Amino acid sequence: MNTKLIRRIALGSALAAMSLGSLAMPAHAQGRDPAYAAARANGQVGEKTDGYLGIVVSPTPALEALVSDINIRRRAVYAERAQAEGATLEEYALTAGCLAIARTVPGEMYQAPDGSWQERTSAPPLRDPRCP
Amino acid sequence: MTYAKLTSAACPAHKEPMRGFAAMAIRGAMLAVGAVALGGCITVNAPSEPIVIELNINITQEVIYRLAEDAGQTIEDNADIF
Repeated sequence: MNTKLIRRIALGSALAAMSLGSLAMPAHAQGRDPAYAAARANGQVGEKTDGYLGIVVSPTPALEALVSDINIRRRAVYAERAQAEGATLEEYALTAGCLAIARTVPGEMYQAPDGSWQERTSAPPLRDPRCP
Repeated sequence: MTYAKLTSAACPAHKEPMRGFAAMAIRGAMLAVGAVALGGCITVNAPSEPIVIELNINITQEVIYRLAEDAGQTIEDNADIF
């Protein structure tokens, strides 16, 4: 009887783990491409103040392709949302830039208001005074 | 009977150097201009940093605050590119 209970608990937790895993899967699929995630973590690319991604190190064709691809997609999203909100593309992109810089994690690079590249630390990032 | 006076070329205009204070002043000024042109070249050095024209300078904080909520949602909805 005791072993039966243990088995049921074990089976239950295994099922729970599986369902958790399947829940986590779509979230992972929605996340960053591994090459992009690596370039961010390595500080090769960083968040610019204008809402786009920039290359921090000396550019390589692979990095340029990666950054250009993401920026084209960002621009399309900004344009769509800016129109929906009755704002200009630049206004929307700058706002997204404020937030994207705020969401960087320690070790990632971001652009300070003076245009310089900064490594994100545990301290709040240097941002434009207009940023929310 | 000839009227030589009527057909002969008139005397060419007589040129005489300027004299007096005005002439000296003009000469002095010309010399000064020449000296500046020769010796006093104005050199313009290109800045080493690229000139960045900040186009986002006119965006007001009010606009940014209005868009912030939507932009935050956009970032979350497009996590693959942010």
